[in-house]
Amino acid sequence: MTAPTTTVTELNAAQTAALIRKLTALADDEIILAHRDGEWTGHAPILEEDIALANIAQDELGHAGMYLELRRELDGSDPDRLAMFRDAAEYTNTRFVELPKGDWAYTMLRQFMYDAYEALWLEAAQQSTYAPLAEVAAKAVREEKFHVQHTALWVERLSLGTPESTQRTQTALADLWPHAAQLFQPLEGEDELVKAGIIPNIAGVRSRWEALMVKHLQDKCGLRMSREAFPGPARENHTEHLAPLLAEMQQVARQHPDAEVW
Amino acid sequence: MTQTQPNLPKYISAGETPEQHAAFEARIAAGEKIEPGDWMPAEYRRQLIRMISQHAHSEVVGMLPEGEWISKAPTLKRKTILMAKVQDEAGHGQYLYHAAETLGITREEMIEALLTRKAKYSSIFNYPTTTWADVGMVGWLVDGAAIKNQTMLAGCSYGPYSRAMVRICSEETFHHKQGKEMIVLYAQGTPEQKQMAQDALNRWWWPAVQMLGPHDSDSPNTGELSRWGIKLKTNDEVRQEFINEHVPELMEAGLTIPDPDMHQDENGNWIHGPIDWTEFWAVIKGERGLGKERIATRQAAQDEGAWVREALEAYMARPKGEAAD
Repeated sequence: MTAPTTTVTELNAAQTAALIRKLTALADDEIILAHRDGEWTGHAPILEEDIALANIAQDELGHAGMYLELRRELDGSDPDRLAMFRDAAEYTNTRFVELPKGDWAYTMLRQFMYDAYEALWLEAAQQSTYAPLAEVAAKAVREEKFHVQHTALWVERLSLGTPESTQRTQTALADLWPHAAQLFQPLEGEDELVKAGIIPNIAGVRSRWEALMVKHLQDKCGLRMSREAFPGPARENHTEHLAPLLAEMQQVARQHPDAEVW
Repeated sequence: MTQTQPNLPKYISAGETPEQHAAFEARIAAGEKIEPGDWMPAEYRRQLIRMISQHAHSEVVGMLPEGEWISKAPTLKRKTILMAKVQDEAGHGQYLYHAAETLGITREEMIEALLTRKAKYSSIFNYPTTTWADVGMVGWLVDGAAIKNQTMLAGCSYGPYSRAMVRICSEETFHHKQGKEMIVLYAQGTPEQKQMAQDALNRWWWPAVQMLGPHDSDSPNTGELSRWGIKLKTNDEVRQEFINEHVPELMEAGLTIPDPDMHQDENGNWIHGPIDWTEFWAVIKGERGLGKERIATRQAAQDEGAWVREALEAYMARPKGEAAD
């Protein structure tokens, strides 16, 4: 493992701006996905899954908090202010995470695809030359590995369960696959960060992720996978589903803009 | 239903003898725990199934009023804490269903009884949570009242229920603390936050006082339950403990208890004014409150999850060789 050497004082202005952009995008995906998962709490198909999915969602929120704390170190921004007082146009999450929760197959498959991506990204980010990122990646990757185990098993059970569950999982895959491409779309200035060893190369993460998807979804679960390459629009281009989500999520905070404590 | 025998008290069921009952009660008097394989009166078993399943259902339905606010929590930390809290309620439901299963009933049968409204749950969860401060107030008052009751039940004679309660009480203590922490903060926050906290207290105070059950004179099951060491204190005793703890703390937070007759007597007990039970019974009977909506929500989750549970069973039943790997 490469010993992290770069420190915050060594980031130039362009790197700082690019890293802020990247950390925010990573956090936004976590916040929005955790919100969607949280919609199941109290409504899951079995009580054990009310527990498990709430646990996963709390981990994702924890990761959002970690990324936004790293951002705070760079620009002094307040994580809750960012979460609660930005509109849809300012959020940089992917469409993949903002789409409505769908049925249990959709939720589990999306979570599996996301967890696998996140685990691979974090695994590589442990080698970051930017020590604060390497540290949080090492902590978060352990949690993500548990998520992948849990969601991979669910996808397997549903794919190989009844004809209905197989069909639902196949439909979910067809819906989700084109949107997943957006997770791997490099952000402005990302290549500079990769060159400096600050963040992993997303193309490398993508190829490992695709190999894992083929192995699990196609080979193990028997699902049909699209071979088409999807471009993935820029992260500022949201579906119609994000604005109502934010309106609900931010309503209490925005009703009390002067509140200093919660 | 168990049949009673002529000339014997109704809690001695057909086929049971007064001697068996005497020996059973002697074990309880000696402080022994009754375990699943032990002999126990049919009526003891029936009462425990009723109480434990009702308690499990309360945890499961209890996820709903607070769960609605997960999507609206004002900070990332509050969202995480609330999710963890509702997750704990699901966990409590799970242990309690397991505790009840040791008495010879299945989780499926219990859920069926809940959805067909044959089994009850605490009517406190049929009150709406109308603002974010209700999340704090429910934690402080409703969990506070529940802890008083559950601490008593942790000493009850049935081993699995008693042990479940010990674990549940320790988690509930965290819920109670976070609820209190929220309300104390809001009571010192902006004028709007303080008003929101006071309004929440106005809504939740009387339901919390009532959730510990009717006055002893109107509590039909207390006699047998006390005799068998299931219920170690009366409703009014537990209510007094709850009030004595919470009144001074709420006042210290700067809030006003919505009971003009509340006063401290010469023994230091806080004495409440007359309780208006009309609303309590109306909510229990489903004439007021969200009882229909809560059951409809649970029913929807049950129905929408049916294909998932079928898929799980089908997957488990597959011959091993059929796996694609």
